[in-house]
Amino acid sequence: MAKGILKVKAKVSGEKTKVKLMAKHIMESGLRKDKKTGELIPAKFLQELKIMHAGKEVFVANLGTAVSKNPYFAFNFAGGASGDELTMTWVENTGETATETAKVK
Amino acid sequence: MSINRRSVIKAIAASGALVGASVLMPRIAMAAWTKSAFKAEDQATAMQELLGGTAEESADVTLKAPDIAENGAVVPVTVRSSLAGVESISIFVEHNPNPLVVEFIIPAGTDADVSTRLRMGKTSKVTAVVKAEGKLYSASKEVKVTIGGCGG
Repeated sequence: MAKGILKVKAKVSGEKTKVKLMAKHIMESGLRKDKKTGELIPAKFLQELKIMHAGKEVFVANLGTAVSKNPYFAFNFAGGASGDELTMTWVENTGETATETAKVK
Repeated sequence: MSINRRSVIKAIAASGALVGASVLMPRIAMAAWTKSAFKAEDQATAMQELLGGTAEESADVTLKAPDIAENGAVVPVTVRSSLAGVESISIFVEHNPNPLVVEFIIPAGTDADVSTRLRMGKTSKVTAVVKAEGKLYSASKEVKVTIGGCGG
């Protein structure tokens, strides 16, 4: 698997799985100017993030440009066991997309 | 008599259309990134485009954010709700160029408890809107920003 941009920590805690996730991404808003040329830097940001567990969506985020650089998300979902796999798909505003996986600890 | 009957039928048809619209709306919102909402430049428009209404303040929505954010580029925010049947959680920053920051879709089984980090251009009210069983509830908090996170 190619090296992904998502760093995930998923841990089972009781009947829930706690997920902490960070994407390594610049989240360029399209409103910033290049200091040298004075021209606007084109927007490049994550637009959608979908996390599946056992074929079911557990978390979906639609992101705007005001999400911080290297976006961070934390959430819990019911179920999940150690060793389970999370499938994460992200879509950038440029149309670029990828799917990455992570294991639940 | 006939007029009366007609108006009754009309009323039934209208309410049917309303129910249909409210059932369809969240599906449309879930299907894709709502461009009109994310590009909207004021909060009311963004909220209308995304959620199709205005939210009422509720004590069942908890918004955790700092009073003063030293760095507007990274403002940690947590939204929780004790409401049942939460469908989505959206976060708005009133004075940002595009107030809608993020929309989380909460499938059944996932807690209405999410944390993330926002970018804030300047001191502004942060509003979290929770959609539960088709209704909108909100919580707001003023966050002071000493160094802005937009532009550069």
